[in-house]
Amino acid sequence: MIDINLSINTDLAREILAGFIKSEITRAGMSRAVIGLSGGIDSALSCALAVEALGKENVLAVRMPYKASSKDSLDHAQLLIDQLGIPNKTIEITGMVEPLFKLDPQITKMRMGNIMARERMIVLYDQSEVFKGLVVGTGNKTEILLGYSTLYGDSACAINPIGDLYKTQVRQLSRAMNIPAPIIDKAPSADLWAGQTDEDELGFTYEDVDKLLYLLVDQRYSPQEAVEAGFSEKFVNAVATRVRRNQFKRMLPPIAKVSNRTVGYDFLYLRDWGT
Amino acid sequence: MKLNLALAQINTKLGDVDSNLAKHMDYIQRAKSQKADLLVFPELSLTGYVLQDLVASVAHKPTEDDPVFKPLLQASRDLDLVVGFVDEDSRHRFFIASAYLSGGKTVHVHHKVYLPTYGLFDEGRFFAWGDSVRAFDTRFGRVGMLICEDFWHASPPYLLWLDGADIMLFSSASPGRGLNDRDRLESAHWVERVIKGYASMFTSFVAHANRVGYEDGLHFWGGAALFDPNGEEVVVGPYNEEAITIAQMDLNQLRRTRARLPLLRDERTALIRNELDRILSRD
Repeated sequence: MIDINLSINTDLAREILAGFIKSEITRAGMSRAVIGLSGGIDSALSCALAVEALGKENVLAVRMPYKASSKDSLDHAQLLIDQLGIPNKTIEITGMVEPLFKLDPQITKMRMGNIMARERMIVLYDQSEVFKGLVVGTGNKTEILLGYSTLYGDSACAINPIGDLYKTQVRQLSRAMNIPAPIIDKAPSADLWAGQTDEDELGFTYEDVDKLLYLLVDQRYSPQEAVEAGFSEKFVNAVATRVRRNQFKRMLPPIAKVSNRTVGYDFLYLRDWGT
Repeated sequence: MKLNLALAQINTKLGDVDSNLAKHMDYIQRAKSQKADLLVFPELSLTGYVLQDLVASVAHKPTEDDPVFKPLLQASRDLDLVVGFVDEDSRHRFFIASAYLSGGKTVHVHHKVYLPTYGLFDEGRFFAWGDSVRAFDTRFGRVGMLICEDFWHASPPYLLWLDGADIMLFSSASPGRGLNDRDRLESAHWVERVIKGYASMFTSFVAHANRVGYEDGLHFWGGAALFDPNGEEVVVGPYNEEAITIAQMDLNQLRRTRARLPLLRDERTALIRNELDRILSRD
């Protein structure tokens, strides 16, 4: 296996990402952020960066447990809330999602997971209005490339400061920002059902897939070159297919073009237009 | 002869020329109070960078009767200015441009000749390609201006050198990219390395003004810099924050360096022309 070094200059990352949050929230005419705190590392890091950018009084952490959520998730989120000293709310979603679950006795774990992720999005965007803050995203580059998220659920946000950091880089930056150790050390999980872990569900470790994605995406290796670099062909093909098949989650829905000027094709402006 | 150079690394408002002009006037005052002779602003400093469909609405002409250039030309009676803007020609082609203003006049306008249209860049979609690289005379000697991708190619600085430029003024809106474990981004490393290389190889002063701030997810890193004819760093400004960086150019250094290292004297321009003719006429 060739040597692949994903380590980053954490001081520089911190400066650029906190600056991004401040710039983009301020230009939207706001000064505050709302973050769904799951107890996991991604939302912890986004939250710490938002606090660095906006000040602790301007970041609202929202915990949104379901009755089957692990107690650790709540406790770990609390650790970060206490450490950062930020405003916080706990809004249980059980009573919101159960009526929908009960409509269909055949409902699957995956459907329930998606419904919970989307319910949390609804709660967060509602709190966004209450707190007058923008929803700051928590998806990392690994999950975005793999499509390991619920569309219009946990992937929904106004801005995303950590979407260009691989999971292993999220860990490195989290250590540098003193995120509580239990959050960094535990197995990553969407916590949609008991015992779920990302790495079990994906079938590989973040350590491995981050290196492969780095070659395929950042370094523009062909799948064949990635195999020659030391990854198994099966793994490379599975990941490359997964990246391709999830492109739809990384885009706005395509609009059928009929006019001379169409949003998304030839009506082109940044969000920061005029600011 | 000594020249007090000021490099402005500013953030801009995307498409808001009036607001950006106000910031220019503020930086001009600051540069004046620090006794600067020449103040260089970054690429598209009057408009912002990722303009896309805003291009036509932010274009201006560097003339006395233009409401944006009028105050800038007035200010250039006190110190020379390089500003970045969108230039519109008489047939409505839009260029990424830098104007050199001095003594109330527009001395020279450079249109960017290399428009990056790859990766995160899409300039060729929105702008016309400039078609000349020319040095020009100023009260400090002969100067050349290039804009960002222009100096990612070796030929434009080389042409300016042959055309007599002893001072090269580069401006950029360079999006930061390539975060690794080093002390700065790969893009910043790359630019600093080539600028230092041009100063060394062309035994000339090379200055660079790069903007800061964000446009959506893009981040601009600043790091204004000046290298002397020995290729030595005279000054490097801060990264990632607005600043005005002042440095003194001792223009006598050109003579001292070139007396020691006569690269310009020995440059084989006829040989180059012959070989270029041969290469370009090949089937």
